[in-house]
Amino acid sequence: MAEIITENLCHTYSAGTPFEQTAVRDVSLRIPQGQFAAVIGHTGSGKSTFIQHLNALLQPTSGRVLLDGQDINRDKYARRDVKWKVGLVFQYPEYQLFEETVYRDIAFGPTNMRLGKEEIDERVREAAAFTGVEEALFDRSPLELSGGQKRRIAIAGVIAMRPEVLILDEPTAGLDPAGCAQILDNIRNYREKTGATVLIVSHSMDDVARIAGRIIVFDKGRVAMDGTPEEVFSRARELSLIGLSIPKAAQLACALRDRNIPLPEGIFTHERLLEALLAVREGRTC
Amino acid sequence: MLKDITLGQYFPGNTVVHRLDPRTKILLVVVYIVALFQARGWVGYGLVTLVTLLCTALSKIKLRSMFKGVKPMLFIIALTALLNIFYTAGTPVRPGWIITWEGIARAVQMMLRIVLLISGTFLLTYTTSPIALTDGLELLLNPLKKLRAPVHEMTMMMSMALRFIPTLISETDKIMSAQKARGADFETGSLTRRAKALLPILVPLFVSAFKRADELAVAMESRCYHGGEGRTRMKQLRLERRDLIALILGGLFLAGMFVLKGFGL
Repeated sequence: MAEIITENLCHTYSAGTPFEQTAVRDVSLRIPQGQFAAVIGHTGSGKSTFIQHLNALLQPTSGRVLLDGQDINRDKYARRDVKWKVGLVFQYPEYQLFEETVYRDIAFGPTNMRLGKEEIDERVREAAAFTGVEEALFDRSPLELSGGQKRRIAIAGVIAMRPEVLILDEPTAGLDPAGCAQILDNIRNYREKTGATVLIVSHSMDDVARIAGRIIVFDKGRVAMDGTPEEVFSRARELSLIGLSIPKAAQLACALRDRNIPLPEGIFTHERLLEALLAVREGRTC
Repeated sequence: MLKDITLGQYFPGNTVVHRLDPRTKILLVVVYIVALFQARGWVGYGLVTLVTLLCTALSKIKLRSMFKGVKPMLFIIALTALLNIFYTAGTPVRPGWIITWEGIARAVQMMLRIVLLISGTFLLTYTTSPIALTDGLELLLNPLKKLRAPVHEMTMMMSMALRFIPTLISETDKIMSAQKARGADFETGSLTRRAKALLPILVPLFVSAFKRADELAVAMESRCYHGGEGRTRMKQLRLERRDLIALILGGLFLAGMFVLKGFGL
């Protein structure tokens, strides 16, 4: 069980100074167990602030966050324990690596949980396997590895806590396409094997279209849209008003439809587009 | 929590005080400090307090934010007051007591002096952006260049340091959050435990600070920065009429304080 509910969540930074800024306004959401949801929005739309509430790193100015029906901010201990249950991977997580070896860095979370040595070892190896970190790297210094490897080690550091909810802030930012695909695969794999709830923050529509079952669009601190990819991407005009666009494949499908190529609705990944185009060609030649 | 540090914070605004030339403001703060130390009696302190309040009102800085700057010094202020109460000779409040009326007066004046000193200097940093401040400082120290003092290099370093304080603070904040998300605990435990707990923050912070410094050096070089020789400014500082008026008022204030000192007030 790991269901997250937010009730009228609001957050204001630097309240009472000239720099006062409300980042999240009245957000009420329910993210059920096992869901793969994506939060998208423009820079400064409040999405990063929002997710930091979900593991009690930030306390709401008003409103509540419930995990399995219990307020995660009810006391100091609840605030600490929620961090094991809700794993948060920050943007550019490779900047948080600090240990001398890869192994010890991945073990940092489980060690903080005061687990036994064998348990830690098991979890480190499991997390490394999930993220495709080879055991040969365990004794190397994390600082001398490549960007993509560092990113995967940092994500493994969170996965090693076996969170029931995994939240990732822009996990693919600044990676090459191969690195992106690999990380998204790792995340999908983790969810399928453990049944965890996954929440991914992104501004890349192409990534989101491929993996998420639900899309939550943030704009100016509010939830502007919430639905399946089909529902959200069918509102292309509204999305463009917020400064977001539909996936490239969907754009192309749209343009082709305008040229009287009979493509079905609901295409937003390259794979689907290719399939549909092949079907159209075969239909014509037949 | 780290965002609460007000030291050297700048509150943007568009008042007369904000518009004054940074050189004028730096000079006025020097004048103000000299004047403050001329105060001998209640009249003198009263005048300085009045001038401080007037300047604060003119710059539209809230008294609350002023107090925030004084807060970290409260311990020192209290200590000074306490020492003055007990170590000033004079007529005892009650026969047999060490506390004297003179001591109490001294303590209040000393407290006032420290608070005013802090408020005056904070008024400068609250109303002047760090860049303007270092620019003003460089121009004021220009004569020292004749003595081969590396004025430009020093002020450049200062403005860079100032520029990167907020960046480093937000970076620290981010790293702290990331480590907290992995269950790091910075608030409880023995002193050695807590010192050890800083490692997960300091290592990434240093790594990124060095990287940033490297990138900054490359960025500066690729824009042909080669030191202060023959360098011109995008924004030339010019003294206006209001600067002249401010300086004259400052001079009058200082003269007034000297006169009051002459009378022992």
